[in-house]
Amino acid sequence: MATTPTSEPRSSEPKTNRIGLTVIDYKGGKTTLCAGCGHNAISERIIEAMYEMGVSPERVVKLSGIGCSSKSPAYFMNRSHSFNAVHGRMPSVASGAMLANRNLLALGVSGDGDTASIGIGQFVHLMRRNLPLIYIIEDNGVYGLTKGQFSATADLGSKLKTGVINDLPPIDTCGLAIELGATFVGRSFSGDKKQLSALLKAAIAHHGTVMLDVVSPCVTFNDHEGSTKSYKYVKDHDEILQEISFVPHFEEIDVEYDPGTTVNVTMHDGSHLQLRKLEEDYDPTDRIGAISRLAEAHEKGEVLTGLFYVNPKVPTFLDMLNMVDEPLATLPESLVRPSREALEAAMEELR
Amino acid sequence: MSTTNVAPQGTGGGQLGRKRIVNDMSIQVATVNGSGSQSSNTVLLRAIFQMGVPVSGKNLFPSNIAGLPTWYTIRANKDGYIGRKKEIDFLVAMNPETAQDDVMSLAPGASVLYDEPLALDRLRNDLVFYSVPYDKLVAAVCPEAKLRKLVKNMVYVGVVAQLLEIEMGEIEKAIRKQFAKKAKAANLNLAAAQAGFDYAKASLQKRGAFYIERMDKTAGKIIIDGNSAAALGCMFAGCTVVTWYPITPSSSLVETMIEYMKEYRIGPDGKATFAIVQAEDELAAIGMVIGAGWAGARSMTATAGPGISLMSEFAGLAYYAEVPGVIWDIQRVGPSTGLPTRTSQGDILSTAFLSHGDTKHIMLIPCSVSECFSMAQDAFNLAEQFQTLVFVMSDLDLGMNNWMSDPFEYPTTPIKRGKVLSKADLDRLGGFARYKDLDGDGVGYRTLPGTDHPAAAYFTRGSGHNDKSSYSERPDDYENNMERLNRKFETARSFVPRPEIQKGINAGSSNAKIGIIAYGTSHWGVTESRDQLRSEYGIETDYLRLRAYPFTREVHDFVEQHDRVYVVEQNRDAQMLSLLKLDLKPELTTRLRAIAHLDGLPLDARSVTDELSTMEGK
Repeated sequence: MATTPTSEPRSSEPKTNRIGLTVIDYKGGKTTLCAGCGHNAISERIIEAMYEMGVSPERVVKLSGIGCSSKSPAYFMNRSHSFNAVHGRMPSVASGAMLANRNLLALGVSGDGDTASIGIGQFVHLMRRNLPLIYIIEDNGVYGLTKGQFSATADLGSKLKTGVINDLPPIDTCGLAIELGATFVGRSFSGDKKQLSALLKAAIAHHGTVMLDVVSPCVTFNDHEGSTKSYKYVKDHDEILQEISFVPHFEEIDVEYDPGTTVNVTMHDGSHLQLRKLEEDYDPTDRIGAISRLAEAHEKGEVLTGLFYVNPKVPTFLDMLNMVDEPLATLPESLVRPSREALEAAMEELR
Repeated sequence: MSTTNVAPQGTGGGQLGRKRIVNDMSIQVATVNGSGSQSSNTVLLRAIFQMGVPVSGKNLFPSNIAGLPTWYTIRANKDGYIGRKKEIDFLVAMNPETAQDDVMSLAPGASVLYDEPLALDRLRNDLVFYSVPYDKLVAAVCPEAKLRKLVKNMVYVGVVAQLLEIEMGEIEKAIRKQFAKKAKAANLNLAAAQAGFDYAKASLQKRGAFYIERMDKTAGKIIIDGNSAAALGCMFAGCTVVTWYPITPSSSLVETMIEYMKEYRIGPDGKATFAIVQAEDELAAIGMVIGAGWAGARSMTATAGPGISLMSEFAGLAYYAEVPGVIWDIQRVGPSTGLPTRTSQGDILSTAFLSHGDTKHIMLIPCSVSECFSMAQDAFNLAEQFQTLVFVMSDLDLGMNNWMSDPFEYPTTPIKRGKVLSKADLDRLGGFARYKDLDGDGVGYRTLPGTDHPAAAYFTRGSGHNDKSSYSERPDDYENNMERLNRKFETARSFVPRPEIQKGINAGSSNAKIGIIAYGTSHWGVTESRDQLRSEYGIETDYLRLRAYPFTREVHDFVEQHDRVYVVEQNRDAQMLSLLKLDLKPELTTRLRAIAHLDGLPLDARSVTDELSTMEGK
């Protein structure tokens, strides 16, 4: 994809999305991550999804913790405000931002260490609040910035470059998210362009917490023989749950689907998510079934990908707070400072 | 000051009746927590207040739900001293566990009211004893056995009222207020108080020296605790996002705020102009404050020492990334869990520099409930003006105890949102550099997320950055940024609340040689102590009450003008004195002397007077 606009416009205008922006308007700074890092591919998918969905970049806030993954918000969507917070605690910063301005579209980018180790506390509470936020784990099973130690999503028996074997079971962030109350939970692979794009677009349409665990190989520290997060391993063991198509609310559905083989989910904004079943009995609206299928995947050593669970009808944390429609951040003084009479009434009660 | 002089010593209780000490006493009620004595004590406090006598109430309670000893002290003082008084004049001994110790610790001449079976009058012969058959009295007015334990406490209210000559009409008024929504409970409690009153009238002979007489010093005043005052202040300051994690003694700040916000900040459409969120821990609480402050809300949390420690890393982020937010620290005794229900000023030093690296924070230090209210507004304005955290350093004594006050004044200045660029500003300017010091005050311009302009966005980070908020590890970028942050802190000196200075009475235009510096709730003990020092030792003092960090010019001048400056505070390590030393010219630092108070009880005047007079060689 070209990143520099040509000085001489061709006869045809540059392609724009439904709000008149070109894909360049969604670009970020030049990546400083390693060449071939899965995270860069994820950044590209985010740019595409936001562009194709016609999201105004000014409405988006990018939030992250600390680590390679958390650097990546600098590499997409420069026109969006961004907050690179402290290690493992992006969820609270994101929550605060959403409380202040409920009209924002929040995109949190974290890593496996940032989420499943230091950040597990804030992660679980974010999931149980169902705060409207897209939470992406760029999951490579190791700490990259500190040069390759295991994280808590590393599989049992997985081997480090140094030969160290992981002897602890992994935390399944997807299973955890479903159990705790996230309402859109899936896993994908940074190398699966089609699946990741569809999931991201559906995530943008979702009203509630989206948790996407994206296996994103670390080419420097965890792409070797014996790793279960290498490109080769994931390609060999990828078990795809469904073929996912997403039809945004601003487009007509032109493909007929067979209810016997395809699950159709109507999203909060009127978009449609069509999941063509590759496993006959899988129902992505069944929480218990989803958790059970994830446990089974662990037993079998599969890298199960797809949309595990979706429920577009649960009220979000912001809905439950019963706030005014306008952002709290910019309410005028007349609405946030009670009257002189109110103070007098409060004083009278204390006399 | 001669009125605090108690009764003659070494005389039998029967002799004491001749002396008459009016509107100057402390009444201590010793009970067991969970026994419902709080309502009785509040009634007693209010009745005295309604009679126009200056009064304060202090609850000394355990970190426990029920069953451990608790003491409530009511101080009535015609001169308006509302700090803790060390000596107890009138003991209401309701707790068998502590009764002996409580009685033995009294000064001669004090009065003791006790439950008949305890037979405390055998312990000493230099006190005035009154016994009350509580169970018998309660059984007569309260047919329901399970309520008797609660009502029992209201009996002593009636007895005390009769003995001290507190008007029963005022007791009734206070009971009706206390049980405003429960008429049945009000009537039952009133009957109990009346039973106590009647019993005392018929069966007890007044021999103690203490009396309450109607005066006119509380007209128009209110009674409120500091946490409730802070909650009101924050509401009127336009706070929109509150996050919290329950911790004693700060929880009631947010709990009261929830009540006030529900009452005054929900519109006719039933929608709230605020969000209050109970977080999973203090890390999340401050993280949410920072996220909300970054996105433009007036956000706050309330906590105590352990929470402050946990917030350390985030505090550094807010300092370095320049995000506004208000943190209330209702200080309690540390280190570690410490004494969770006792008061302290022990977080001063750690909060001033909270977090790793070079960090400094603005602290505001209220001494009164009215300052809890007004400084809430200062805190939000300063936080947004300087794009940084502002810590309001209250304490348990101020936050959880009842204080008398003039009613709070409606804010006179509009809410100040600081340097925020709007879409229209950006249309005009074309763009901006987030951390560029355009005005020479160290404060850059920011935009809020969601601002609909292609040049509005910037990247906020806790990592090294240049003035365009781009990632930078360049030595000059780092140094320039840190120097600018320092400049910002220097600018803040001129905007934080200035200290309050009181000159000695006899000093005229010249200064006393001795200065006292104190802050927060130490103020009340110090104010009273200065009068004691003058009347008992002839020591004249000037007094400066700090109200904020960084220190203003006046603080330097004050130290310069005095030979010796006593810094009175409620911690072991003379924390504020240490901060002063860092700020003052080296030759001035030797003038500072520490008076430290650290038993977890509110500072009393006598302790200050004793220590200062000794240090002065008197």
